[in-house]
Amino acid sequence: MNFDPRFSTRNFASVGTRPIRPDGVDKVTGRARYGADFNMAGQLVGRVLRSPHAHATIRKIDTSKAEKLPGVKAVITAADLSDLTDGDAAMYDILDNCMARTKALYDGHAVAAVAAVDARTARQALKLIEVDYELLPHVTDVDEAMKHSAPLINDAIFTEGLEEKPVKPSNVTKRSQFGHGDVHQGFGHADFIVERSFKTEQTHQGYIEPHACVASVSSDGTADLWVCTQGHFVYRQHCAQLLGMEASKLRVTSSEIGGGFGGKTHVWAEPVALALSRKAGRPVKLVMTRDEVFRASGPTSATSIDVKIGARKDGTITAAEATLRYSCGPYPGSWAEIGAMTAFACYKLENVKTVGYEVLVNRPKTAAYRAPSAPMAAFAVESAVDELAKEIGMDPVDFRIRNAAQEGTRSSYGPVYGPIGIGPTLEAVKNHPHMKAPLGKNQGRGMACGFWFNFGGQTCTDLNIGMDGSVSLAVGTVDVGGSRASLSLVAAEELGIAYEQVKAIVADTSSLGYNDMTDGSRGTFSSSMATISAARNAIKVLRERAAQMWDIAVDDVVWEQGHAVAKGEKHGNLGKLSLKEIAAASGKTGGPIAGHSELVADGAGVSFATHICDIEVDPETGATRVLRYTVVQDAGKAVHPTYVEGQYQGGAAQGIGWALNEEYIYGKDGRLQNPGFLDYRIPVCSDLPMIDTQILEIPNPNHPYGVRGVGETSIVPPLAAIANAVSNAAGVRMSHIPMSPPRILAAIEAERAG
Amino acid sequence: MRYIRPLSIEDAVGLLAGSTGTAAILAGGSDLLVRMKGGFVEPDLIVDIKAIEELSEIRETADGFSIGAAVPCAVLGESAALKKAWPGVVEAAKLIGSKQVQGRCTIVGNLCNASPAADSVPALVAAGARASVVGPGGRRTIPVGSVPTGPGKTSLAKGEIIEAILLDKRAPRSGDAYLRFIPRTEMDIAVVSAGVNLTLDEHGVVTAARVALGAAAPTVLLVEEAAEAIIGRKLDEAALERLAKVCFGACRPIDDKRGTIEFRRKVAGVLAKRAGTTAYARAGGK
Repeated sequence: MNFDPRFSTRNFASVGTRPIRPDGVDKVTGRARYGADFNMAGQLVGRVLRSPHAHATIRKIDTSKAEKLPGVKAVITAADLSDLTDGDAAMYDILDNCMARTKALYDGHAVAAVAAVDARTARQALKLIEVDYELLPHVTDVDEAMKHSAPLINDAIFTEGLEEKPVKPSNVTKRSQFGHGDVHQGFGHADFIVERSFKTEQTHQGYIEPHACVASVSSDGTADLWVCTQGHFVYRQHCAQLLGMEASKLRVTSSEIGGGFGGKTHVWAEPVALALSRKAGRPVKLVMTRDEVFRASGPTSATSIDVKIGARKDGTITAAEATLRYSCGPYPGSWAEIGAMTAFACYKLENVKTVGYEVLVNRPKTAAYRAPSAPMAAFAVESAVDELAKEIGMDPVDFRIRNAAQEGTRSSYGPVYGPIGIGPTLEAVKNHPHMKAPLGKNQGRGMACGFWFNFGGQTCTDLNIGMDGSVSLAVGTVDVGGSRASLSLVAAEELGIAYEQVKAIVADTSSLGYNDMTDGSRGTFSSSMATISAARNAIKVLRERAAQMWDIAVDDVVWEQGHAVAKGEKHGNLGKLSLKEIAAASGKTGGPIAGHSELVADGAGVSFATHICDIEVDPETGATRVLRYTVVQDAGKAVHPTYVEGQYQGGAAQGIGWALNEEYIYGKDGRLQNPGFLDYRIPVCSDLPMIDTQILEIPNPNHPYGVRGVGETSIVPPLAAIANAVSNAAGVRMSHIPMSPPRILAAIEAERAG
Repeated sequence: MRYIRPLSIEDAVGLLAGSTGTAAILAGGSDLLVRMKGGFVEPDLIVDIKAIEELSEIRETADGFSIGAAVPCAVLGESAALKKAWPGVVEAAKLIGSKQVQGRCTIVGNLCNASPAADSVPALVAAGARASVVGPGGRRTIPVGSVPTGPGKTSLAKGEIIEAILLDKRAPRSGDAYLRFIPRTEMDIAVVSAGVNLTLDEHGVVTAARVALGAAAPTVLLVEEAAEAIIGRKLDEAALERLAKVCFGACRPIDDKRGTIEFRRKVAGVLAKRAGTTAYARAGGK
């Protein structure tokens, strides 16, 4: 395939319009099938027994009583999931996380599972399983876990990335460093320096749909899995590897998805459901409860971050430095590393240094959450940037504009930027009416910037043209935000036909080549690239068929606005042939017409956003109210602007919850105190104002239409924008997220007390 | 598990009195069903009282109001007379859960769930409400505040059902109000709360007062010193400050996932002050 992904200016007919989404009616009428909506004849109910302890050695598990309970068809423990990971440490961790092998590493860690004829029997069976635990000391706080005196979670782990190989094991699994220049020298040139420490608590993606799957293993060794996931191809690979199957013998179908935000990129329940089905010889449905989702899926990191930034009187930053400690749960990760890469990515810096530490704690294994790791780093950096602007006496927007990265800037994490949107989003914010709106008593305004890399990845798409001229588009990226509508627009654009003529579906793993996970804001970016490529391949076939119908050379046929047109003087008398006419004749001209595409979508353009937020603080109670919120973000090219706006609003809404109230609260016993939506407070509708959006379009040079991913960047600035607003309203710098009313009131009172 | 829907209060009492295992009364189910789904309780017997006709009525009597045990909180808000007489009680009932929950939940259920954070209870205690209890031994009337004895525990004996909440007829120049603190705008549980009920004389001087605090102790607190601090005075700035100070001191809260001791004490004072201001205005005080 000689597909050219480079951007070229064009006038769009379909792209940029706002048609109704094809999955909309089914979703609002309840007909759409989510993970728990799949059912099979003879299916059993799967349930998981979980450790109530934060850290414990599993001495023995006795399942005999549970096995004897009438209606129980299978009971499994780690013994039923042999270690087939063959030295692959990351896969071993996934296996151990699915079912604890020797130690329970957090409150909620799976230790056994049952499949029974109904939910009541399954629940009773769990109560009959006897687990003999030997309790171990635990640690759940990221700073505590770094201390030498902290209980060791894994004594085989020695910190990587240190100059000298350590002699003692540690909860710090890795140190990473980024930057350039000499920060020491840079701080020497500064007239003002701000230095501050920040903490953020652990949050969950809070997707409304809990993890759910139905697994059916046949006695011939083939299997089907219906599951709510962001990446059914990756789930297939992982499940097949953990269960010792060939990937092609496991067919995975992704359901509609009621939110993922990075949290449905890891397998937890699926290998367990497959192992139960294999043992029971019947299909097994496994649906997590909300309690299980909180305790045992993958929340984001809790963090502790130190930032130091220096600037000259004229507002030029001379040096910037940050140390970032991120919790990973009980298994190694690279979360602090990502935080260290993104921390200063918005700025043009001569001297910058960031150091990240990955820290093990007795909490669930950290998973991705929308621009993973970036919001916390942005919170710390953008808070310090605001404070520094204030010390210099500069407007916070002007200070950021002065130091903003631009095309040709060497980023703090290494690469040199192409055309980017940080400057334009700042200029847009500077000129936005929101910035000039008056504020009342106890009200404050804050703004902040955010960055995210975006990802492209492996992508495979099929475009099939029916004999009636309608088009089926089969993609392998899960539709997490309206991508079926966006990709249908792209297919319609390329083919020159109406949007309504295209029907997009998400194909299963046996119907399409491998696709990477729908993460890194890649769904529309990468699948639109593959759709353009597939459509262009289909057009090539359409031209060939038209040439055949006319009996002229294919080089004399061009494709214009949904029609084959014969070019050249000698073909002047030939009328156009529509896609429909060519499709109708396809049975006689060589059979079905299709276009395929397999590619690695390189060149996902980096993404920037700037947010503005107004907050009112009740100085007597610490209560907050978000009065107004504005998102300005670069989309490259907004394929379906309504869904781009939806992504902007969704990220801001989640960021508001994270900033103000959401947090994992652990007791001294290492148990999660609030595994439910009552005490884990995501915002409800009435907590939020209408979130205003402004889409900027700075084309990505590496996509034919200029598209950039838009899904994640919108959650990067909110923690900082809200912290700056609250700090301005309350008159005291807030350095601990979430800024819950007790924390705000305590900070106000401490400030009053001097 | 047996589910029974009796048609008379006597049958309901008989079923509960004669039950051998664990028994639960089902009205709106907004606590019971959630606890059952969460696997926290699995009653052997569920007695659904919604088919007992007289329990679904709000009656206005010569003495005041009688609110049946199966009346959903949303219905309280539809009674103009009740709203006019006891706006604080109604606003408390209408803060529970969400609109959907209010269509099911009842104030008797809220009372018998015996959560220290129950929204309607401080307002009812401030209002001096009484509970009409039916049991194997007959009927008795007790103050609402004596029903919960600790988190999840009540003073009701086996077989006893609260059939109605009784509210007095209003004296002239009276007003009540309820406020709670939650970090969200709805769908939440009170971190701390305050109910204030006042009666004034012609000059705006407080002649009778009841102040109750929620989520400030294992059961709702009736703070008599708070009432004493404002009786005989107009509710001016100084009186409000005294009210706040007394409430701050009267709290015996705990540190938990919803708030700290310090936070609850301070906010209890602030809410008492604010609820007092509203109740005073409703009573016609200026």
